[in-house]
Amino acid sequence: MVYDKRVDGRKFDECRPMEAKVGVVEKAGGSAMFKIGKTVAVAAVYGPRELYPAAFQNLKRGVLRCNYNMMAFSGSGNRVRPGPSRRSKEISLVTEKALFPVLDLSAYPGSVVDVFIELIQTDAGTRCAGITAAAMALADAGIPMRDLVSSVAVGRVGGKIVLDLNKEEEDYEGESTDIATAFSSRTGEVTLLQMDGEVKREELKKALELARAGCEKIRELQINALRGRYKG
Amino acid sequence: MGQMIISEKSIAVPGEVLAEGMDYLPGEHTFRDGERIIAMKVGVVGLFGRQVKLTPLSGPYIPKSGDIVIGEIVGVGIGGWRVNIGWHFEANLSVKDATSDFVPRGENLSRYFDYGDYVVCQIVNVGGAKVVDLGMKGPGLRKLGVGRIFRVPSSKVPRIIGKQGSMISMIKESTGCRISVGQNGIVWLGSDDPAKEIVAYKAISKIIDESHTSGLTEKIKGFLESSKNGL
Repeated sequence: MVYDKRVDGRKFDECRPMEAKVGVVEKAGGSAMFKIGKTVAVAAVYGPRELYPAAFQNLKRGVLRCNYNMMAFSGSGNRVRPGPSRRSKEISLVTEKALFPVLDLSAYPGSVVDVFIELIQTDAGTRCAGITAAAMALADAGIPMRDLVSSVAVGRVGGKIVLDLNKEEEDYEGESTDIATAFSSRTGEVTLLQMDGEVKREELKKALELARAGCEKIRELQINALRGRYKG
Repeated sequence: MGQMIISEKSIAVPGEVLAEGMDYLPGEHTFRDGERIIAMKVGVVGLFGRQVKLTPLSGPYIPKSGDIVIGEIVGVGIGGWRVNIGWHFEANLSVKDATSDFVPRGENLSRYFDYGDYVVCQIVNVGGAKVVDLGMKGPGLRKLGVGRIFRVPSSKVPRIIGKQGSMISMIKESTGCRISVGQNGIVWLGSDDPAKEIVAYKAISKIIDESHTSGLTEKIKGFLESSKNGL
């Protein structure tokens, strides 16, 4: 099946409409909201605080702990079962690994920085939206960071390399490959690379270039949102 | 020849290049990556000679020896107290550093400071992650009485105090409140008149909200004068 026009009329290298806001949870140390298409992620940062059980403490640097959760009403009609699942645990872990390389927690030994990511509404690309929101929330919380992390999904849908897949594209009847990526934009280092499906080596290279360009746009949005918190 | 990429007093975000070239030195909350100086926090850029510094707009308190802080008593032991100063581990306040009085062996220490009391103390030693020792021997170090306690971001404490205490003195004079500000961001407000206490609280909140703007002293002065008429 030839995929020559995207379901929502976007160009193949175009992201869905995006929106970012910092400081959405008043009581948290730092917080942010990131919306891409119909996917909405809210991240809140608490800590650094003492880590229990004490056996998990690292007395040389702080520990990052992420918790990804889709709200019960966030899906497309079917109730999402609340609480931890195999999927949410895996995504929490990859989020931690995507964010940790840019963090400098050496000033907070023995502590934990908790990042809670809640998905209010989902339409594909949830882990990417969560990572983008969490990076802004960590910056808002004043946790030392060497860079921001921006994340976006790319993929191959019906033989075409596309940026930022939506749910229809993820579930495309023909072949569909979904690649979640995250970049430390300043250095260009990849901090997340997951793939579901099949792709050729050359196509993967092309997809990563597309993702990098997409992340640049997301980074600009993140910077504007962080600055916007302190303007006017 | 080096150059500043971002202008002074503008807001930088983590990962943003502040300056290029070896003519500049990385200051607090920045680091060097090759020829470039990069920001590590959201903060206001400042240039002090050749040093590029960042004044963070948010962030947790990190204890430093010599800091005057306000803490809450959260534990009473046989040789001292455990104090919450906003660091993720509790600080120690031993009897010998807390008072010059003779304290007999086996004395119930809650007679001096009990759970929930707030004390102004000085950090005398920071030794590793879990060891923060406090002392209360010095001018102004005391147990706090009845008043209002609230928390502000520790990064904004210098703005509340102002240059050589100018800002806090202005609020004290204008409202007649007794105010103690800890470096850890805990503020104590005491007054006989609740209306004046609210004005002082609002003035401090205004400083927090507008700490990154210039001409803040004038703004607060205007605010206090306009509030004075209502008192």
